[in-house]
Amino acid sequence: MKLNVQYFARYREALGRDGEVVEGSFATVDHLRLHLLERAGAFEVLGEQNLMCARNQDLCQLGEPLADGDEVAFFPTVTGG
Amino acid sequence: MAIRVQAAAFDPGVELNALHDANVGVGAVVGFVGYVRDFNDGREVAGMFLEHYPGMTEKALAKIAAEAQQRWPLLKLEVLHRIGALEPGEPIVFVGVASAHRQAAFDACNFVMDYLKTRAPFWKKENTQDGPRWVEGRDSDHAAADRWDKPS
Repeated sequence: MKLNVQYFARYREALGRDGEVVEGSFATVDHLRLHLLERAGAFEVLGEQNLMCARNQDLCQLGEPLADGDEVAFFPTVTGG
Repeated sequence: MAIRVQAAAFDPGVELNALHDANVGVGAVVGFVGYVRDFNDGREVAGMFLEHYPGMTEKALAKIAAEAQQRWPLLKLEVLHRIGALEPGEPIVFVGVASAHRQAAFDACNFVMDYLKTRAPFWKKENTQDGPRWVEGRDSDHAAADRWDKPS
């Protein structure tokens, strides 16, 4: 499967990119997250407690199932308002 | 129901008056305006940048507004949020609600702000005397949003 992965705010800065296409087979958002965490270094931000995620622009839990072509976003706790 | 995400400044008075808009069925209008402060978390703030997630931002705000309309009998609802560079004293966010009676308008306005704080993809980066820093989420914001889950 091909996933369009997006990073925002502090994560985007830490990773030096706003997104990337990730190929592989991931049952859930958490499987994708753990795969990215294996890169270590700056990707350790994806291990933070306050991480939030979205699938196809809707907030979701880490257990959210994934399908080919999905847009998945990782970001720190939102601070608008 | 109007959702606006914009870099441009706005006039809260104009937004508030537009909620009544000569609709004589409206008995109550409640508005909330959030402003940039010049001090936060022990540091002077010279300004901030508001990052967002284009596409998801509008979708998330529309979802929150739709939920408010399901929970309360509302005649009008507007959510306006700014993005980009902002200076102290500038309005960041406006939530306005019109209804026949005050309680629905008060509660819906409060609800939309609580959900916006915890569910809409905006991030603030402040310019302080020690350099730029990302604002971190507050537990109190999550506690405020959670209270709407409890049966009343």
